[in-house]
Amino acid sequence: MVQIFRFVRPSLLAVTALAVSSSAFAQTGAASPQDVAALKAQVEQLQKQIEALQQQIVALQAAAPAAPAMPAAAPPGAAAAQPAGQPPAGTTAQVPTGAAGAGGPEGQLPVYGNTSALSKIFNPDMAVIGNFIGAAGKNDVDPMPALRLDEAEMSFQAIVDPYARADFFLSASPDGFEIEEGFITFPTLPGGVLMKVGKMKAQFGKVNTMHSHVLPWVDEPLPMRNLLGGDEGLNDSGISVSKLILNPVMFLEATGEVYNGDNDVFKSYKRSDLGYVARLRGYRDISEALNLDVGTSFAYGHNDAGPEFTTRLYGIDATLRYRPLQQALYKKAMIRTEWFWSHREQSAVPVSAFGGYVSAEYQLTRRLFGGGRFDTSERATDASLKDTSASALLTYWPSEFSQVRGQYRYTRYAEGPNANEFLFQFLFSIGAHGAHVF
Amino acid sequence: MKNVTSLLAAAFAGVLLAAAPARAATLKVVATTQDLEALAKEVGGDKIETDSLAKGYQDPHQVEPKPSFILKLNKADLLIVVGRELEIGWLPPLINQARNPKIQAGADRYLDASQFAHILEIPTGQITRAMGDVHPQGNPHYWLSPENGRKIAQGIQKKLSEIDPGDAAYYSQRYADFDRRLGEAEKRWNAAMAPYKGVKIVTYHRSWPNFVETYGLNVVGYVEPKPGIPPSPSHSLELTQEMKKDNVKIIVIEPYFDAKTPQAIGRETGAQVVTLAPSVGGAKGAPVNDYISLFDYDVKTLVAAFQAAGVK
Repeated sequence: MVQIFRFVRPSLLAVTALAVSSSAFAQTGAASPQDVAALKAQVEQLQKQIEALQQQIVALQAAAPAAPAMPAAAPPGAAAAQPAGQPPAGTTAQVPTGAAGAGGPEGQLPVYGNTSALSKIFNPDMAVIGNFIGAAGKNDVDPMPALRLDEAEMSFQAIVDPYARADFFLSASPDGFEIEEGFITFPTLPGGVLMKVGKMKAQFGKVNTMHSHVLPWVDEPLPMRNLLGGDEGLNDSGISVSKLILNPVMFLEATGEVYNGDNDVFKSYKRSDLGYVARLRGYRDISEALNLDVGTSFAYGHNDAGPEFTTRLYGIDATLRYRPLQQALYKKAMIRTEWFWSHREQSAVPVSAFGGYVSAEYQLTRRLFGGGRFDTSERATDASLKDTSASALLTYWPSEFSQVRGQYRYTRYAEGPNANEFLFQFLFSIGAHGAHVF
Repeated sequence: MKNVTSLLAAAFAGVLLAAAPARAATLKVVATTQDLEALAKEVGGDKIETDSLAKGYQDPHQVEPKPSFILKLNKADLLIVVGRELEIGWLPPLINQARNPKIQAGADRYLDASQFAHILEIPTGQITRAMGDVHPQGNPHYWLSPENGRKIAQGIQKKLSEIDPGDAAYYSQRYADFDRRLGEAEKRWNAAMAPYKGVKIVTYHRSWPNFVETYGLNVVGYVEPKPGIPPSPSHSLELTQEMKKDNVKIIVIEPYFDAKTPQAIGRETGAQVVTLAPSVGGAKGAPVNDYISLFDYDVKTLVAAFQAAGVK
């Protein structure tokens, strides 16, 4: 229907223009009577054509009362003027006559592949977060590239059905493309149980559960690298079950997880070599503005030293947050600390290594945050090697969708020369990225 | 080692299987804001227990999803939300972790109050984040018109009657009483605001479209250059010139914004900065504890400011 109008309207215009220019030409008087007669005949013919077209239009309008006077070129605000909930003009097509009576669909059908978002309404929320990291200064032990787009994280999140939702986080980086996380969550199970199934970050401590773009630093603290396997950390395919332990004193949540047993810390040699993670988290509002979040975690699995060797990890964490509600836009302070013990069998004598960090963040103005961090950690494979580092940070938020961060980092490595570095980061997010848990 | 593992596994299994607590007889209604809680209270009276997540003096866009809120949601029999993506930054993970099938988005006990309200500023055409923090489904600060308050209360009344049909007559009588009191109050507010129809004002954020529509005020500018974007010197300068040109005498701000920039603009233009309560519980030191006293406070404060500024 619309397409026919699109055709009809320009032809009418062209015909009219031709007729006008012809008569104007005739009036100049330069033409012979024969020419005039020929032109007259032409004009009459064109008039007949116009009449025929007009009749066609009337017939078409009568045949399609559901779409009255659909303009060929809708004014820009036309779609807007329609009440919410109705599809804007141009995103639907009329069901062919007869289809309705034959038990087929009635009324309007969506036109797939259209530019409108309506046909894509069930698409998941999608976002891409770019994490660009630069480094300057000297580091001979563990150097980072001077400039690199460290990661593009793509997220796809939606409700699956009345019983579940799904979250996918795909990570593209210079090291490759991988599924960072991909899991289904069942929030409606009986017995107050929350279950997650898929590939996910294990509920071990705080930093291990976070994506790199929500960390308050450019890098990860040393104990993450030395004891929990670095960037990826404890991230594996498995099943997670958690439950609230209701009590009058505080928020208490117990989590038990079973994993395939393959990640940067654990290695699975056979099917029964599963990995296990358990966590108990407590939280309490001390006042409206101040709250305390504490947790203890445990992980167990086989390691890469051999099928007969296992690693046990223990962790404790505590976070104290201050954010007065009325000044929430301008004032925020947080102190967080995590400590890990790794007990790794790798020969006759197991290695017990220990490490942790303390971090503080303080909001200076609405868009500016300062911070500092101290890390110390032995290495999981050799506890006699201990690295220590201290950092100072400044983060600027142009908006909640982008951040610029600078970090000065001093590291004393066990084996080598000390490193003095300046790291900087640009984080930028497009699309709809789901809110993060507290 | 095996022993330790099985012991831990047993301990966690025990914890996970702990029985859910028994539910109390009264309906537990949790609203995301104090406004919706106040409206639920009007209708539900003593047949319901109410609670809310965000405080009235807090920016409702910037609420932290604290685990203590999970506990509130865990016990809720009904969740009432503002909707229109106001809570998008904090509510979804809370609902997800609430372990309460009843109040999941789209479930029977999840009530989006915006479905009853007249929504303004629904963006048209292409929208991008270059426009700031725009709400694609319209302005979510819709509770600031008495007519919307009435409709939301009615919606809550219907929902409560559906959940608890035995008390339907009670809810209906409570709603009728609220409707009558609101009607009387509206006459009072309309009379007080009548002389100021068409008066030009500036506001900090786009929190007031329904309020200014109700009383015929004319918002000619915002302290924020774009929704959610903090004031910038160039925008403040532009706004100052516009306010001088239009002779704007009032800048309305919310209690959770820094008053420094609006005050500087006020000094430059001779305009007065007025902090209104955007929500129930949103006024400093004033007892704005219910929906009607919210408007009482805002109308009184605004009229006093108009008079002091010599508007009309």
